[in-house]
This record gives sequence, structure tokens and C-alpha cells, in this order.
Amino acid sequence: MSDDGIAVEFGPLSLHVPEPAVRPGGEPDFSNVTFPDAGSVRRPDVDTNPEDMRDLAFSIIRVLNPEGEAVGPWANLLTDDQLVEGLRHMMTLRTFDARMQIAQRQGKTSFYMQHLGEEAVSCAFRKALVQGDMNFPTYRQAGLLIAGEYPMVEMMCQIYSNERDPLKGRQLPIMYSSKEHGFFSISGNLATQYIQAVGWAMASAIKKDSKIAAAWIGDGSTAESDFHAALVFASTYKAPVVLNIVNNQWAISTFQGIARGGSGTFAARGLGFGIPALRVDGNDYLAVFAVAQWATERARRNLGPTLVEYVTYRAGAHSTSDDPSAYRPKMESEAWPLGDPIMRLKNHLIARGAWSEERHTQTEAEILDTVIAAQKEAESFGTLHAGGKPSARDMFEGVYEEMPPHLRRQRQQAGV
Amino acid sequence: MPRKTMIESIRDAMDTMMERDENVVVFGEDVGFFGGVFRCTQGLQAKYGKTRCFDAPINEAGIVGAAIGMASYGLKPCVEIQFADYVYPAYDQIVSEAARLRYRSNGDFTCPMVVRMPVGGGIFGGQTHSQSPEALFTHVSGLKVVVPSNPYDAKGLLISAIEDPDPVIFLEPKRIYNGPFDGHHDRPVTPWSKHDLGEVPDGHYTVPLGKAIKRREGSQLTILTYGTMVYVAEAAAAEHNIDAEIIDLRTLLPLDLETIIESVSKTGRCIVVHEATLTSGFGAELAALVQEHCFYKLEAPVARVAGWDTPYPHAQEWDYFPGPSRVGRALVETLEGL
Repeated sequence: MSDDGIAVEFGPLSLHVPEPAVRPGGEPDFSNVTFPDAGSVRRPDVDTNPEDMRDLAFSIIRVLNPEGEAVGPWANLLTDDQLVEGLRHMMTLRTFDARMQIAQRQGKTSFYMQHLGEEAVSCAFRKALVQGDMNFPTYRQAGLLIAGEYPMVEMMCQIYSNERDPLKGRQLPIMYSSKEHGFFSISGNLATQYIQAVGWAMASAIKKDSKIAAAWIGDGSTAESDFHAALVFASTYKAPVVLNIVNNQWAISTFQGIARGGSGTFAARGLGFGIPALRVDGNDYLAVFAVAQWATERARRNLGPTLVEYVTYRAGAHSTSDDPSAYRPKMESEAWPLGDPIMRLKNHLIARGAWSEERHTQTEAEILDTVIAAQKEAESFGTLHAGGKPSARDMFEGVYEEMPPHLRRQRQQAGV
Repeated sequence: MPRKTMIESIRDAMDTMMERDENVVVFGEDVGFFGGVFRCTQGLQAKYGKTRCFDAPINEAGIVGAAIGMASYGLKPCVEIQFADYVYPAYDQIVSEAARLRYRSNGDFTCPMVVRMPVGGGIFGGQTHSQSPEALFTHVSGLKVVVPSNPYDAKGLLISAIEDPDPVIFLEPKRIYNGPFDGHHDRPVTPWSKHDLGEVPDGHYTVPLGKAIKRREGSQLTILTYGTMVYVAEAAAAEHNIDAEIIDLRTLLPLDLETIIESVSKTGRCIVVHEATLTSGFGAELAALVQEHCFYKLEAPVARVAGWDTPYPHAQEWDYFPGPSRVGRALVETLEGL
């Protein structure tokens, strides 16, 4: 102790602020991340006690090896036709994104968010769901809609806020909603939907139904209190819900270490709650599906929630409003060790003899034609600043089921 | 007719609705086995089982967030926040989610949910068991906000709230759970068993949302109030021999503006009384509406009596509470403004 009562024997304290391995100008470096070989991670039975599978929160389940072969206990769940369909879904989503990204630059909408590099996560997960299940998505799971056969024209009309916008121009672009397609209205506020998914799943159990829910969140917003509320409720009531964390390494400009803190992985967050946790290669369509099937089966068998961390990489900007070169090395995306999900599935299908370069090129062209046709149709109903748009009168509708007197007065004042 | 306390009538409302509609579920902190710290849910778990009435973790955002998910599924959750003072962790779920779900999804998803919570002071609860946060909810598009002042209304309004297709914030003035407290803290309170408004019919009935009621017809001035302050206003008017028309608003959002305009146009004077803090309180909205709609009928400025703009104190509870003497002074000043 010093004279003024300050403890000196340990020296002064200092604040720890995590930093990513590399910043712009540096060489991309993922040497600190361990990627187990494909096929090397065990597949426990679906009814395994969470206590007995804690190791899976610190590993990465992978199916596709560098040669494009599907190997190990999580492989061989999908037929050639199903895999080709999956490839088409991911290619469609990527093409859709590219067209809408350009449309935003052309001023046809105010805002857009693409999935580049993350297509496998939502497209493959959707395959494990059935009619009646409900996703509580973030803004980067449009693959759930594409793979769920939701019409692209509807999506585009929502993005353009035009006269056919199913949400009447009230919600930001890409914040879709479709109960029929198992896609809960996207809020735009982060993490709020996570606990709602748990509540929805609890309702299914209360009603003794068979439907399950899927909650979605990004690495960054796992820091929100709602994430932890969801884990408490899911754990306490053993809700039939799959708790998905898409770890794409970047929360706008903030690297995932800021949200993860001293925890080894995001999946490990589940362990303290007694929730089984899986960590999976998010760029491996087969691995994502295999894990989704495991977790959804566990929920359907009333065995409770599963936490899944998808390890992936956001290859594009966060949204049309930021420039990643300002906060991470330009070539980091190319250096990402888990590769591109579309290329990997394509190579696997070719290795299986179920696909070819020619068919791929031909399919790319077909998909582009389909997306352009949808875009033309959507644009015939207007874009944000041109053509048909929702009426100002629509602005006053739907605040309540029945319009209360004060809103009627305000609508009259607005003269609409 | 049976007489009940407000606690019993609130319980009766939930019991009635749980009996009629198996989609009604009730949960919150201490709500299940024990029946709630104010005993509003006592017996419901025993009667309807653990999946219809259950204890929740101490996580208000979780309680309301889960209720939103359940409501979107098709259930009708009626959840309890133990004290309104604890609702703030759930505020984002209420404001950004429950209130906007119908609007932002164009009716694809809706949120028929009730969030009940005790409000107001007068029980030496200090700053964490005494607040009246109604204005934080009346400011939010998409919510309905209800404050009952007696057992009959409490049951009928709560049934309406549970049946309503949109989210309802149901604020229960805890000081009048057991009797109509008139602000004279040094006198005993008449129990509801000796008050006409303690008469609560069995079974299903409703009191409509959005409709105020005149508690007293009068000619000299109009008092706009709700909850506990209805009785404080009655006492103050009686003690000053003022022929006041007392309007119990019952629902703050949507507001029964017609009844207000009709009354103030008749009396030409208006005071607004609430226990919540003054600045940006609901009284400000009422005063603005009265001057917009009744300006040429007004013979005096619209007065407001409210809680002081301080946190709710502990030892100084009765210096803080806008009791009959403060209300009485405002009544006299508004009348002398001739």
C-alpha cells in the first residue's frame, strides 16, 4: 500500500479492448482460426445429453473436403437432385442480390443488403423445415424465401416500395414478411426477434402442435440482452427452437471479437444454459443442412433447443451504406479459408458426376434471365421514386385493427 | 351482487377469459405457483395447469418478447410485470415490436397481448415501486393504454383488453387495489366491500376500451383524471364545496375526446390531475387537446396537478403525492380565475 491507500504492489490497471488480427493495409491472416478437416467431427445421436457433447461447441463440423468429396458422419443426406436444387437456390440468391445492388445504385430503392459468401446458411437451413415452421430472421436470410419458393417479384416489389409492395411501403427494403412462407416480419432492430422465436416455439408446445421455430441472429448482436433472454427462456422451458448464430466475422466495421469477448466461440454461449451447441462450416451447403436436420429433429422430438454457430464470412459490405475497405484488408475475403459456398457445392456436384461446367454456365444464364424478367415485372409496378407507389392513405391504415378516432382526424387533416 | 377487491376482480377477469378461451395464457415473475406478489393470479395455475399459468425468469424483456412470439402464433398472452418500475427492460419489445408488428407486416402478423403492471405510489415503495409511466406508452403508435379505477371497471376493461386484437398496456393503480384511496393517508380507506363500484358481476362482461365515464356530474368545472386520482379529485371537490364534473378517462389511448369536449364546453373550466410527473406527462396532451377544441369556451387557463418532476421519494411520499390539498388549491384557483 502507498501512503494514500492505493494498492501499488500489482501496478496500475489497464483496459483491454480487443483488436482484429489485421487492419487495412495489412496482409489477411486467419492463422489464429483452427479449421478441422472435413469429416473429422463426430455426429452424436440427436437425443445426446448436452453435457456429453460440449466439445462440439469448440470445433467446426465440415462435410466437403478440398477435393470436393463429401466425407464423414454428417455426409450423404441429400440426393443429387436435392443438391442441384440447392445450388440453384444459392445461385439465384446471388444473382438476385447483384441485380438489387445495382438497382439501389440506380436510385430505384434506398437501401439494400446482400448475402455474398453466406448463401449456404439460409438456403440449406430452409431445406430442413416443413410447412408451418417459422423463422424469425435477420436481414441476411433471404435464402429462406428463395429456397422456400416465395415469388421473387413480391420481394422486389417490397424492395422498391411500389404499388404492389405487400407491406404497403411501410417497412425498409428487404424487411420482408410472409407468414405463409414461414418468415416472420423482420424488425430491423437487432436481436428482438430471438426471444420472440422462443415464445412462438413455446406456444407451439403449449398447444401440443408439431411446429418448430428457428431464431436468427448475427455475431455482433449476440451481445444484446435479448439474446441472453432467449437462451434463458429456451433453456428453462425446453422450447422447440433452433437458435442460429450467423458468425460472418464482421458487425458493420466491428470484428466479432468485440461481441464474443473472452468466450472461445459463440456456440459456447449455449453451454452455460445447458443447451447443446454445434459449430458448423457455414460455407459448406452439406454441413449446414446436416446440422440443421440434427437440430430440427431434436426440436421436433421435444428434446428442446439447439444453438448453432455458422462460421462464415461476409464477403461484401454490411449494406449499401458502408465501405469495408475502410476497416478490413481488401483481400481478406479472398483469403477466407472456407472458400465460396457456391463454388464448393458446384465442385462437389461435378465430383459426383451430377453436374458440369457447361450445365453450370447454362444455369447461370437461365437464372439471370429469370431474375431480370422478375425485375422487369416488379418495375412495371413502380420503383421508390418513379411509377406506382403506395398511397399516403395507406400510411394511416393498419396501426390498429380498427382505426381509432384520433387517426381518422389526422388522416382528414392530411387530406388523404 | 358479489363485492370484490380490485385484485379479485382482475383475477376474475383472467379466470373468466381462461375458462372461455384456451388460447389465453398468463405468466410473469412469481405468477404461477404463488399467484403473484399482489395475488392477482392466485389459483389460476391450480385451475388451468402449468402450461396456461406459469412462473417466468426475472427478465422483463424475455417475458414480453416471448409473449409477442406467442401472440403472433395465435395465443392471447396476458403477462404481468411485477411493478411498472421494472418494465423498462421490456420497453424496446413493447415499443419497437409489439406496437408495430401489425403495421410493419401489413397485418400478416399481429400481437393480441396484454401487459399488466401495478402503477403509482402511496405504499412507501420509493422510486422503484411507485412510478406511473403511462405517458411513455401513450406516446407510442400502435398501443392501447388502460387505467382502471375500481373493481367493476378493472374486470370489464381487462376482459376487453384480452379480447382486443392489438397490444394493450394495462396499468393497475396499486394504492386502490383494496379500496378507493382519496389521498388522506392518515385516515382509513373504505374497503371495496363497502363501495358500490366493488360490485362485480360473475362471468363475462366488458367495459369498452376508449370510453371515459363521468364519475360525477357538475357545472362549475371539469376534472380530467384516472386511476387513484379519481378519488382524490372527488375528495378535494367535496371538501371545497365545488360542483365539479369528474371524468374518469379509463382508457388514455385511444382517448374519449368527445366526452372531454362535451364536458369542458359545458363547464368552461378544466383541470387535469395525475400522479405521474408533470413535464411531458399525459396531462400535457389533455391540456393541449382541451385548448385546441374548447378554446372559445374556456374561462380560465387549463390547470395541471401532477407529481413533482423528481424521482418518487421514500420518506417524502406525502409531500410528493398530489393529494387533496394540492388538488383543492388548483380547483379554487381555476374557479377564481373569473
